[in-house]
Formats: sequence, structure tokens, C-alpha cells
Amino acid sequence: MRPPEPAQRRVSLATREALWAFAFLAIPLAFFLFIRIWPAFQALWLSLFDWHADPSKRPFVGLEHYEQMLSDRLLLKALQNTLAYTLLGVPLQLLLGLGIALLLNAVTRFRDVFRAIYFAPYVTPAAAIAWVFSWMLSPNFGIVNEILSVFGIPPQPFLTKPSQALATVTLIVVWQNLGFQVVLFLAGLQNIPRDYYEAARIDGASNWQLFRHITFPLLNPVMVFSAVIGTIGFLQLFTQVVNLNFTDQGGPLGSTLTLALYIYQVAFARFELGYAAAITVLLFVIILSITLVQLRLLSRRVEY
Amino acid sequence: MKRLSTFLIYALLILGSLVMFFPFVWMFLTSLKPFAEIFELQVWPQAPTLDNYREVLFKTQFPRWFLNSLIVAGITTLSVLFFDSLVGYALAKLRFPGKGLIFVLILSTLMVPTEMLVIPWYVMSTEYGWSNTYWGLLFPGIISAFGVFLMRQFFETLPTDLLDAGRIDGLSEFGVFWRIAFPLVRPALAALGIFTFLGNWNAFLWPLIVVQTADMRTIPVGVALFSSEAGTAWNLIMAASSLAVLPVLLVFLFFQRQIIEGVVLTGVKG
Repeated sequence: MRPPEPAQRRVSLATREALWAFAFLAIPLAFFLFIRIWPAFQALWLSLFDWHADPSKRPFVGLEHYEQMLSDRLLLKALQNTLAYTLLGVPLQLLLGLGIALLLNAVTRFRDVFRAIYFAPYVTPAAAIAWVFSWMLSPNFGIVNEILSVFGIPPQPFLTKPSQALATVTLIVVWQNLGFQVVLFLAGLQNIPRDYYEAARIDGASNWQLFRHITFPLLNPVMVFSAVIGTIGFLQLFTQVVNLNFTDQGGPLGSTLTLALYIYQVAFARFELGYAAAITVLLFVIILSITLVQLRLLSRRVEY
Repeated sequence: MKRLSTFLIYALLILGSLVMFFPFVWMFLTSLKPFAEIFELQVWPQAPTLDNYREVLFKTQFPRWFLNSLIVAGITTLSVLFFDSLVGYALAKLRFPGKGLIFVLILSTLMVPTEMLVIPWYVMSTEYGWSNTYWGLLFPGIISAFGVFLMRQFFETLPTDLLDAGRIDGLSEFGVFWRIAFPLVRPALAALGIFTFLGNWNAFLWPLIVVQTADMRTIPVGVALFSSEAGTAWNLIMAASSLAVLPVLLVFLFFQRQIIEGVVLTGVKG
């Protein structure tokens, strides 16, 4: 076989490579367009119509659904709750995650065992976790109230009283997510070179100063990641809320209703798919803007 | 002073572990109690029995739900591993026009919440007759944007010389991918595979929407609906929960290292 001229060969190699790349990408990208990108635009499109099973009978309503949101009391409630979940849950799980990771980082024995125990809830089905907690927190037969009574605390209506239910759900979700934060923070801590601490200690820095000037700033990227993932998780809270109260989902009195659950109810109980699609667009805008703001704010706080 | 603080740290960690592990213990203990006993708040079952398990396994469609979960999570995992690797490899190791644009396009879909997609998916499913079928359960998971990102990161670390050696030996580009590159990223495949499997095993929202008949339910949906029908049969619900949780805990114990490395990889070094 006679080798072609160098210039000609380079061109043909580049073309060959591109052809292979497109052959590799064709099927996956088609799926991608079909199940991720096209449906996202379809949601936008559906939000402009009133739902009807027959596509030719879907009346165009323009931005009416977006106007409808302004006077929807339940939507407002769901928004408030979702915000409350996020504002309570994210800082709590970051703080607890960091705290436990610092403790684990200070010990040498059984570290892997502890880490595994803390992480286990994260991999188990959120639905099953919710059933177990719903049973443990039952007002009359729940083990948690039984334990509280040992300390002389009266039975609490955890999931059945509107003023307690949201906080209770938050704690359960934090309990489930905690291991994820611990693993991330622990890895982040172990990535910090020992020399930094030794050098600072020679200069007479206190433990607090070590944390404040070395640990905290160097953990910042991990914290940003954790906070963003945690926020997105809480904004999409659904499974736990549904499964903690089978008979009154989002209750009592809408006190645990989330945006995702409300979307589900509007779409699949009321069958107002157009309006539900409009609310998903709102959720998308919220997630997008919070993520962008959070990335910017948190990464600016780094001080070296 | 040092001994005291070490003691305190262990005490705190053990206390935390009890809080983390107790729900699993209580779930399992309840599942061994006959119905009459579950409201008595004895810690240990007085007359431990496997009747609850027998009832869940033989009088509900639990085995079918288990099989459905296995089918959906299994096929999804294989599909994600194959397609995500193909795309990740092309994005990391091949030069072609539009590469940057395709990568950004795939990454940007990570911002779109599932809630926004399930409504069009539902419309597609009813219009094309996919609702209540395995294909209906499967199609949203065929490929994952997160996986593409992860695999691309891994393929980038492979030395190009190694791939060139394969090319010189006469392998086609697919041969280079399949015979050389793919086996070398096994740790990433393990992490991605386990996460995809667990994510689909635990999935609740989409299976709840796309399935209408009891025989097509996956475990979480099956048990949730059976629980709301069965009312307060907590002994049965706890037996069903144990059956839903135990396989996951076993997978976790077995693949703990890969799972934890996977989290670290995406969060700290990603």
C-alpha cells in the first residue's frame, strides 16, 4: 500500500475521525434530543395551551396560566413551604455534615465504619425511609414519642400538627442526605495538605484560626457543590412528602405541600396539564436563578 | 486532655450512628412482630414471626414489583453505561466540528428539573401507547447527562499514545474504544453503574405516573399504593420496607468503596 501525500493524509484522517465521532454520537444524541431537550421545549409550549387529550382541541391561551399563578393561593402556599424547606434544610445539613466530617477527620479508628453507617440512608429508597419514619413518629404508637416520654416530654404530634409537620419532614430529609455531605466534606478535608496546618501552628495559630483561615476557605469549592446540590434537592422535594402521609398528601392543611407535589396534583389529579407545565417552567426558572446566584455568591467569599 | 477529647469525639460519633441506624433496626424489628404486638412498644418481638414476609410475598404482587424494579434498573444501567461511554469517549478523545457545542448542550440539560420533563413524557406515552409498558418505564433513563460528564472526565485521563498504538495495530475506532479505552475506565463504570442502578431502583415520581395497573408497578410505587390501600397494616408495610431496603443495603456494603469514591469524584475533584 502506497502512503498518500502528507497533506492529503492529514485531511483524510481528520475527516475519518469526525465521521467516527458522529457515528458514536448519532444514537445517544438522538435519544438525548428526544427525552431531554425536546420535552423541555414541549413543556414551554404546553404551558401556553389548555389541556385536552386530542391535540387538535387544545385551545391556545397564551400567558393566561402564568397570570393564573398570581392568584393561586395553593401555589403560593407551596412556594412558601418549598422556600422554608430549603432555608431550614440546606444550612442544617451543611452544618451537620461539616461537623461530623470534622469529628471523623479527627479520629483514626473505625472511620470507615462510621462513614458507612452515616452514608447508608442516602442510598436507600426515599419512599421506604418515609414509611419507616411515618411509623416511628405516629402520635399514639410511635417509638419516638415513647423515647421522649422517658425524658418526661409529652407526646408530640410531629406529622399531624401543621406547625410541626414541615420541620419534621425537613429533619427526615436532612437525616437521609447527611451521609452524602459527610463523605464530600471528609474527602475535602483530606485533600488539604498537612503542611499548611503545621506551618500555621509553628506561627502560633489557635485551633479556631486554623479552621477559619485554612480549613474553611479550602473547603469552599466542596461547600458550593454541596449547597447547590442540596438546594436543588430541596426545591424538588416530593417522594418523602407523599409517602409520609398517604391519606393527606401535602397535609395537614397544606403545611407540607411542596412545589413538586403541587405540580403532580395539578397535572395528574386535576388533569390541568397546561397549567401544571406552566408551574414547572416557574420551578425551572427558580432552580436556574438560585443556582447561578449561589455559585456566584459562594465562590466570591473565598479569601486567601 | 487529649484522651478526654478523643473520648468525647467517639461518644458523639457513636450517638450519631445510633440516630442514623436506629430506623433500620426498628423497621426490621417491627417486621418480625405479629399485628397484635406492634402497638405494644416492646422493643424485642415477643413472638417473632415471618408471617408478615409470607403475606407480603404471597398475598401481594411484591415479587412482580421486585422483578419490575430489577428489569427497569438493570436495563437502564446497561444502556447508560454503554451510551454514556460512547459519548464521553467521543467528547474526550476525538476531534470533530461542533464538539464544544454538543458538550454544553448536554451539560445544560442538568439544569432542567425532572418535574418539567415528566409532563411531556406523560403526553408522549399516552399518544404513542407507551404508558403502562416496560418501554414507558425505561425510556426516560436510556442516557444520562451526568454520566456523560463523568465518563468524559475519565476518558480524558487516558494517554492518547495508548489509543494510537491500537490504531496502528489496525483496530477500527470502535475497536479502540471497546477493546482498549472501555476496559481501562472500569472504576468509573462501576461508580456510574451503581449510582444509575440505585437511582432507578429508588425512583418514585415517573413510575408513579406512567404505570396504571398493579402488575406494572415498581417496588416503591407498589408498596406506597398497597400501603394506602392496606391502611394501618404497619407490620406488613415494615416487612415490605425491609424487602425494599435490604437489597440496597447489601449492594452498598458490597460496593461501598466504589460508591464513596464516586461521590468524592463528582463533588471534590469534578
